Amino acid sequence: MADALTLPPPRPRLLSRDALVSLAVLVALAAWPLAASALGETWYVNLASRAAILALAGVGLNLALGYGGMVSLGHAAFFGLGGYVVGISADAALAGTPLLTWPIHIEATTHLPTLWAVSLGVAALAALAIGAISLRTSGVYFIMITLAFAQMLYYFALSWPAYGGEDGLPIYVRNAFPGLDTYDPLHFFALCFAALVLALALSALTIASRFGQALQCARASETRLATLGIEPFPIRLTAFVLSGAITGLAGALYAELNGFVSPTMLGWHTSGEIIVFVLLGGVARLIGPVAGAVAFVLLETLLGGLTEHWQLGLGLVLLGVVLFQRGGLIGLIAGPRHG
Amino acid sequence: MAEAVLSVAGLTKSFGALKASDAVSLDLRAGEIHALIGPNGAGKSTLIALIAGQLRQDVGTIHLDGQEITPLSVAARARRGLGRTFQVSTVALDFTALANVRLAVQARLGSSYRFLRPAAFDARLEGPAMAELERFDLARRAHVVAAALSHGERRQLELAMAFALEPRCLLLDEPMAGLGAGGVAPLTALLRTLKRRCPMLLIEHDMDAVFALADRISVLAEGRIVFQGSAEEVRASALVRELYLGADA
Repeated sequence: MADALTLPPPRPRLLSRDALVSLAVLVALAAWPLAASALGETWYVNLASRAAILALAGVGLNLALGYGGMVSLGHAAFFGLGGYVVGISADAALAGTPLLTWPIHIEATTHLPTLWAVSLGVAALAALAIGAISLRTSGVYFIMITLAFAQMLYYFALSWPAYGGEDGLPIYVRNAFPGLDTYDPLHFFALCFAALVLALALSALTIASRFGQALQCARASETRLATLGIEPFPIRLTAFVLSGAITGLAGALYAELNGFVSPTMLGWHTSGEIIVFVLLGGVARLIGPVAGAVAFVLLETLLGGLTEHWQLGLGLVLLGVVLFQRGGLIGLIAGPRHG
Repeated sequence: MAEAVLSVAGLTKSFGALKASDAVSLDLRAGEIHALIGPNGAGKSTLIALIAGQLRQDVGTIHLDGQEITPLSVAARARRGLGRTFQVSTVALDFTALANVRLAVQARLGSSYRFLRPAAFDARLEGPAMAELERFDLARRAHVVAAALSHGERRQLELAMAFALEPRCLLLDEPMAGLGAGGVAPLTALLRTLKRRCPMLLIEHDMDAVFALADRISVLAEGRIVFQGSAEEVRASALVRELYLGADA
């Protein structure tokens, strides 16, 4: 046969179309706060930080949902836990009380890198526990079980007065990052953006690695993977933990940006929004959740300025994407996904 | 008599009142193709699923290379060397042919928890994978996504993946299904050469292929093995004719 399909191997190009589009999206996201800052519009800089943080949450979910085929409706659990790590620590630091006195003594800290490491760890542990149980089911049961776990945490946070209950916890003093002024919106954006780029780079490596190949095979067919001699369960659980940890870090940044954490961050509505970022941008496309989150924030701002029923507009856009453009916004620009 | 690579003893599985597998015993010896035939609903696919570990038997044991594998999971059995192809092809459709086989090589090497180096630029995977594609006449199609391969090519890809695992024995569930007359003959010829690499338990409806390939044939009806013998003996058996071939003609 002489058709184009038989002509291997495609010459490895330094920059594929996907990579170019990814780069363009990131450059646009970075240019936005720079321009806003130059114009003195701090509010828009913070908006860009919000977009970058939500994108980070989506990048986390995309590992599970996009590349692993695990439709989690419980990622708010990890997002919220990351937020509460920052909130609880800030609360204790302000009061000057230790975080924990038993079994070990832990002082509260305002050192951001430490707080992020703890957020990653707490979210990863939660994902390990939730995933270990949820991944024994599949399909609609998996969706419901992840939702149930997140809702359990939501109601727990709601009814636990020590940490604000339904009022949440304020973070009065922004935590410090060595060498940066976290109160400067542009500096804070730089931190969020760096976290996002790091998560994207790690995702890209993971997806292309041996582990990522096995994960994507499990998405296509667990039976196939098992037949090759690779147990699907630990592969998927590992991806779920990575996914939850990244979303947890996003939660920590989100609480910091808002100076506030509340049970809403743990609610199913939040889980749904993170799914929307992934769907809107393009499932299993590296940069998809970034495009999705940016589009979401823009729609929220532009339509939200016109009407408080802006989510109706979002719903219509989402409907259009799901019905007519399954590859999401990125599929529209970069073409269909390949192997 | 050659040593049995795979031996199944008294395998029984019921679904409610239906005995899908009823005290089935058979073995697979080195270098042979052992065909399993029988009318639809005889329990052939159930038996394959039991041996592969997808279904749990009620009673019975399975040994591979003299070691019991009955309590092991599908993946653990595969790691011991039990290969399998499916009636409905299950290659990962959004992977290229090469990526599919590469994954099989990776599984054989037992190294699926590496996160940083891209699998696509890994010579330890690429070399053996390309060699296997070469053997199955798919090298030209290595960079085509499996979804764009023809049905016959996908069948071959599935075999290439199974052999890339370097299995001790192979279960083939209707490899000829849907191939058409033009596809059956070359695959038959290919399988005949492959039995030197590992013995195969073959389920097949295409009788010409079965008679051309099988060293021994077991006839399954209503979950039981009702006849076992060489191709000639099966062809000559009045019972088999009545049960299966007659009903088919």
